Amino acid sequence: MNSTVIINILRFILLLAIQVAVLNRLDLFGFLNPYPYILYILLYPVNGNKALLLVSAFFMGLFIDMFLNTGGPHAAASVTLAFLRPTFFKFSFGVSYEYQTIKINDRLSPERFSFILISVITHHLILFLLEVFRFNLILTALLHTLYTTLFTLVICIITIYLVKPAKT
Amino acid sequence: MQQIVNFLFKNSITLLFLLLLGISLSFTIQSHAYHRSRTITSANAVTGYVYGQINKVEMYFSLSEENQKLASENALLKNMLFNKKDTVLATVPPSLGIYKVIPGKVIANSYSLQENYLTINKGTADGVKEDMGVVSSLGVIGYIEKTSKGYSTIISVLNKKFRLGAKIKKNNHFGTLTWNGKSTGFAQLVDVPRLATVVKGDTIVTGAESTIFPENIPIGTIEKVYIDKKTNYYTLDIRLFNDMTSLGYIYIMENKDREEIQQLQQATVPPNE
Repeated sequence: MNSTVIINILRFILLLAIQVAVLNRLDLFGFLNPYPYILYILLYPVNGNKALLLVSAFFMGLFIDMFLNTGGPHAAASVTLAFLRPTFFKFSFGVSYEYQTIKINDRLSPERFSFILISVITHHLILFLLEVFRFNLILTALLHTLYTTLFTLVICIITIYLVKPAKT
Repeated sequence: MQQIVNFLFKNSITLLFLLLLGISLSFTIQSHAYHRSRTITSANAVTGYVYGQINKVEMYFSLSEENQKLASENALLKNMLFNKKDTVLATVPPSLGIYKVIPGKVIANSYSLQENYLTINKGTADGVKEDMGVVSSLGVIGYIEKTSKGYSTIISVLNKKFRLGAKIKKNNHFGTLTWNGKSTGFAQLVDVPRLATVVKGDTIVTGAESTIFPENIPIGTIEKVYIDKKTNYYTLDIRLFNDMTSLGYIYIMENKDREEIQQLQQATVPPNE
């Protein structure tokens, strides 16, 4: 139990640091930045404290907003993703997910892939709609969502594969 | 009573979610409302420190480039010092006397959003206040939006909320400088009257009516000319002198007479009902 808490705190800090120091300044093709900090929300223990997840996801988003000067869309998207996470679990792994021990950071199965995909899409859609915040630019927001989703998805899956051996 | 408590207890997660979502949505809406309205900015000690540290490392990669820029600016200044009779040099405004210049450095830069902000390493402790103009050796960058003790954020030219009075240098026709959110190399000069003669390649500089910037600070050159069908004014695409994607040292312009001018204007014009 104790080591889980420490791992989650470390994961929070590490993902935030990598996001701020490296990934926010990629600007691939001038506008593409992946946001794999949502891995913190995805990898949070399945049966962990839900209130704690909501609050920590909120602050994760808020810190990112602070560093990016965006105002609040990252916080809103992260909180929503944290809240909808159990629904996505049910959707991807079946109704009785709490009784199996689900591990997201394991070999990529269709269930895990669909879970990550649907989470990333939800998060990015809310993020970009709130970030653009203009009806006449909805198409731009949707295009950004599409491209960034692909980018984040690739980075997330690579990260999970790379970090896997470290966990015991 | 018991039922209310039960209800709160049963739905505590949902209520917490709605509370947090409400807070973040209010931050978002607030940030889009009007300028200087945001609460969550990178002008605070923590983010400023982190960006400062990252910038220290990054700076090593562009040392020679920065040196080149500073050296060419020094050469220009020396040139003016040794040729004092030559008063037509474009880059120095004649009204510099009322402006105090504070040097600073960009430590964080964004240019891929619709509303872009920069963070610099100077704050109220160095005399930086809100609504001061920011320029580089090449031209206009933006103006100060929020300040903390050691750091400030700047509304960049590449921000849909940015507005600045500008003019065509040759014939003094005024327009408003805005950005349409499409390209980082171009801004738009709108509301230029049709009787103005606009030629591709003409220089655009800051106008005289601004109390934020000195007059005749360079902005860019005319790249394309459109006629706005709705208003029958010209809209010009301006190629910016500054490469907004790589900014280093900047200068903050403090207009010492700004308060006096504003007080005078307020006293003259009765407030709109």
